Amino acid sequence: MIDIMKKEDIVSARRAEPWREALRKSMKSKDRTAIERVKMNELDPVYRSHTRLEEVNQGLTKEQAMREAQRCLDCANPTCMTGCPVGINIPSFIKNIERGEFLEAAKILKETNALPAVCGRVCPQEKQCESQCIHLKMGKPAVAIGYLERFAADYERESGQMSSPEVAPSNGIKVAVAGSGPSGLSFAGEMAKRGYDVTVYEALHEIGGVLKYGIPEFRLPNKIVDVEIDGLRKLGVKFVTDTIIGRTLSYDDLHILGYKGIFVGSGAGFPNFMNIPGENLIGVMSSNEYLTRVNLMDAANPETDTPVQKGKFVAVIGGGNTAMDSVRTALRLGAKRAMIVYRRSEAEMPARLEEVKHAKEEGVEFMTLHNPIEYIGDGKGRVQKMLLQKMELGEPDASGRRRPIPIEGAVETIDVDEVIVSVGVSPNSLIPTTFSGLEISKHGTIVVEEDTNRSALHDVFAGGDIVRGGATVILAMGDGRKAAFAMDNQFMNRNN
Amino acid sequence: MNKIVSKEYFSENVVKLVVEAPLIARSRKPGNFVIVRTGEKGERIPLTIANADTGTGTITLVVQTTGTSTRKLCALNPGENITDVVGPLGKPTHIEKFGTVVCAGGGVGVAPLLPIVEALHKIGNRVIVVLAARTKNLIILEQQMRDLADEVIIMTDDGSYGTKGLVTNGVESVIQREKVDFCVTIGPAIMMKFVSLLTKKYNIPTIASLNTIMVDGTGMCGACRVTVGGKTKFVCVDGPEFDAHEVNFDEMLMRLGAYKDIQ
Repeated sequence: MIDIMKKEDIVSARRAEPWREALRKSMKSKDRTAIERVKMNELDPVYRSHTRLEEVNQGLTKEQAMREAQRCLDCANPTCMTGCPVGINIPSFIKNIERGEFLEAAKILKETNALPAVCGRVCPQEKQCESQCIHLKMGKPAVAIGYLERFAADYERESGQMSSPEVAPSNGIKVAVAGSGPSGLSFAGEMAKRGYDVTVYEALHEIGGVLKYGIPEFRLPNKIVDVEIDGLRKLGVKFVTDTIIGRTLSYDDLHILGYKGIFVGSGAGFPNFMNIPGENLIGVMSSNEYLTRVNLMDAANPETDTPVQKGKFVAVIGGGNTAMDSVRTALRLGAKRAMIVYRRSEAEMPARLEEVKHAKEEGVEFMTLHNPIEYIGDGKGRVQKMLLQKMELGEPDASGRRRPIPIEGAVETIDVDEVIVSVGVSPNSLIPTTFSGLEISKHGTIVVEEDTNRSALHDVFAGGDIVRGGATVILAMGDGRKAAFAMDNQFMNRNN
Repeated sequence: MNKIVSKEYFSENVVKLVVEAPLIARSRKPGNFVIVRTGEKGERIPLTIANADTGTGTITLVVQTTGTSTRKLCALNPGENITDVVGPLGKPTHIEKFGTVVCAGGGVGVAPLLPIVEALHKIGNRVIVVLAARTKNLIILEQQMRDLADEVIIMTDDGSYGTKGLVTNGVESVIQREKVDFCVTIGPAIMMKFVSLLTKKYNIPTIASLNTIMVDGTGMCGACRVTVGGKTKFVCVDGPEFDAHEVNFDEMLMRLGAYKDIQ
């Protein structure tokens, strides 16, 4: 409660600053709402579908950003903030962009968000902050909060004048983090700011978790992630790679090493398969494997040792963001035909609209209302064909989406030489099975208290996909932040 | 970064590396493996831990040069560092008193068999080891096995050492001679397949330790999947040891060739 009160006070105090008032009055609301929403500058689709590393979204220019910032009405009750899991002071950073104080805007972002350049790129703003924007109530498109976030973070990085949030004096309390993905990094940043001695342990050889192994360079360049991680290092966060919590170091080991609190952000480790015939043929693989080879191991670079198959006729099964990342990667590795195979219709696709739009522009074929039922090999064990069952939509199911039903007898055969299965992930069992005393759900996730993210082991907090099963970067970051507040309160005996 | 403490050639293509890894040395159990990466552009490959010394904080790896990554690793000398060593991974071997156990090892599979033989013997099993290779100078770790096992039988394809014949001939000679309660086999997939077919014929419960293609080794990618008892399993987290009679070795052999044309 204390934190929420504080936040509201800060929001209204900042809004009342003289420059903000003057800025609000400098332009009429109807002139602000009359401005058309900015369009993201993008690489040409034909060019970009053949370039592996170049980022598709090129960001906004200063002029575009300042113009877009004018659209924000600087509401007295900024509903956009209720849509932000990490509670960014959205009007405050936007108004700083409007007045040209870009570094100040970046500073505000970093007060509550450890990874603004990442969130500005991969956060589904249309489902978060932008879905709560006042413009929508007037039948206009929301302010492009995500683009502006990215602009401010990029401007600061490129200016070479990176600011660091204030760090409280060291309190000498050691905390450990299992996993260096979005939830762990967010937790680490919040705790470091509060004066804790934070060490993040990562199982892989690179820091960043899904930001490195999962999301491709054309959507989130690794160097952007590295800069944000360096920002956390400057706050005093220590990183240790090649260390698996639950294996290399046990729960007891962490205590022997002096850690008083543990945050588990070990992610959704296991890829789901469909258990259909032929799924173990060569050339059929999980999106996790495909993307890890290409992103983490840089397998498409001829100078690296890790191999990756570069299919010419590639089917990606699924309709989420990971499926879009996979199919667009396949195009960039030289696929002549890159297909999304999805059992529902496009309206039910969980992927971001932007991802679907980009994929279509680049030439991806969308085979919606199709479901694979079997893969057939070439006699040497390599996948050669897939059998697709055509579907139609029936009544809504438990997810609220219309249930796909097979159309009897309607089966199609399509030539493929690579199939990437992207039908979701299940939680990694390494920590749930090795920390005794945790409560584990039937889905294998760690059960936590909703308002604190504390597990049944009272010194263990958890967040991100190990709790949610499969969600987004920003929800994971929100969990990390919430857990940090709660763990800090527990140590300081507040609210007890 | 993990420093190589010592290096010994077992044969032209088989190298024993003792590597500094104090945390892994302390927490590993027989049957566990590590993922190793050599160089910043290196590939992640799984290697079973052959031994560990908690006193010196080292683990022992026995590596056969079969491709780019193993060649790079074996080219490293004492004092040099392996870029990444992570583990221990996989489920440890289930050790219990079975009675008489035959441990059949081939190629570098003999190395990870060593700690299993040690543990099985320690708990009171009568352990008979069958070591097999193409020819005499490819037989490794014979003396270490003799120190730990009740009996060691050597088989070579060309008869240059021990008895001429395949590993299965050696195993079958034991089965025909005395009651065998359990079998462990580690080696090339094709060898494990035939050992498994043999022990199935005699109804002897058998486990095989599978060495499939892996990337992360923690269950994340699924490159290592195999069919066991009709169900897909991940070798890295569900294994690496499985009931050999339930493993689809033909599928495993096929999948091991996934990147042959690319690498």
